Amino acid sequence: MDVQKYIASGTLELYVAGLLSEKENEEIHRYADVYPEIRKEIEAIEAVVLQLTKSTSPGMPNTAFDAIRSHTNDDVVPLNTKTPVFSYLGWAASLLFAAGMLWMYLENGKLNTEVKVVEQERQTLKEQLDGIEETLANNEETEWLLNALRSKEIAVVALNGQSVAPTTYAKVYWNKKEQKVYVDAQGLPEPPEGYDYQVWSLTLEPLAPTSIGVLSNFEVNSTRVFELQNDNTSEAFGITLEPEGGSETPNLEQLYTLGTVGP
Amino acid sequence: MATEIDRLILKFQNKDTLAFEKLYRMYADNICGVINVIIKNPERSQELCQDVFVKVWEKSASYTPSKGRFFTWILNIARNMAIDELRSKSHKNQKQNLNTITFVDIVTQSEDLDNTTDTIGVEALLKGLKEKCVLLIDLLYFKGYTQKEAAEEIDVPLGTIKTRLRACISAIRKKFGL
Repeated sequence: MDVQKYIASGTLELYVAGLLSEKENEEIHRYADVYPEIRKEIEAIEAVVLQLTKSTSPGMPNTAFDAIRSHTNDDVVPLNTKTPVFSYLGWAASLLFAAGMLWMYLENGKLNTEVKVVEQERQTLKEQLDGIEETLANNEETEWLLNALRSKEIAVVALNGQSVAPTTYAKVYWNKKEQKVYVDAQGLPEPPEGYDYQVWSLTLEPLAPTSIGVLSNFEVNSTRVFELQNDNTSEAFGITLEPEGGSETPNLEQLYTLGTVGP
Repeated sequence: MATEIDRLILKFQNKDTLAFEKLYRMYADNICGVINVIIKNPERSQELCQDVFVKVWEKSASYTPSKGRFFTWILNIARNMAIDELRSKSHKNQKQNLNTITFVDIVTQSEDLDNTTDTIGVEALLKGLKEKCVLLIDLLYFKGYTQKEAAEEIDVPLGTIKTRLRACISAIRKKFGL
């Protein structure tokens, strides 16, 4: 490169004026590092410009920089400490955040346990309530039964154990007016699987049985009292063990209890 | 090879206020001079000059040596702020005077106002300089014109601006002994 020719071109004068492109500026910056003549030339041109520009200054008061410094002070402290302070703050913030997350996690676990405990308590209370309701219902049923049996319309028939089951017994409460019988089967054992007790209304002369019903769901009826319709002019009641669902005619071999209606 | 001023600039960019103050003392008059040539109001120039240096401090990180001289960088900031000031309402009336009064006229005024600046002799040295040289330096260094704008303003071919500027600066250097 012809340094003298480059200097003579006037490019460096434009460089000092700030009139070149970024690319040209970078190029000249490199040349100035490589060629001391170019660096010296730039400094000489700048010296001229400095001389000229200084000559037009109205002069600056000596205190002028104090005003500028007051602006720099705002910056100096934060700028020098900004990075550490903010990075510590950042770390502190993330630690706080992590601690917060852990705390939330633990709290959440505690709450979940509490929810389970409350759920269990709720279940227990529900069961207790169900029990109370059941008892109340049973009480109501018992009361209703008692009222039914205490009616003056009721005829009580005691049924005694027959040869197949001598220790068994039953009672029939017959409300002729309402044509209902209440069979108290407390004295009968649970029927075997696949069998039901069947209640018969009997006339004695001639001996003729009429089915008035089956004691269905025997094992789940806690009172063992069964309500049946009876519009017959019954002279006796008998209970036989029949295949599930009952039979057309009684199996007298399996006659458990029998009792005649009193006069 | 870092010079003293390069080290100073580096310190300044690291927010060293002492380095900044040194740079201020080196260039404050130049910057105020440029602003004064543009807005032609000595008192307002002093105020604006302070604003320029506050801005220079705030923008210190944006200076890159490979992209130009440090003085050129602050010169550019000052010119832009002064031109903005000129465009503001307060100076509307003086807008048209921008190009009719050159830095040479301001030098004369400065000498009249304040003898503490070492402008004594500058006016005399600039005497005898071609009118087109004065205009070219005024437009390119003080008023931030581009080569094209300057060529149109003083009515010379764009391609001759560079060599004309070189010749003008060389003539002044000869007179100043720089």
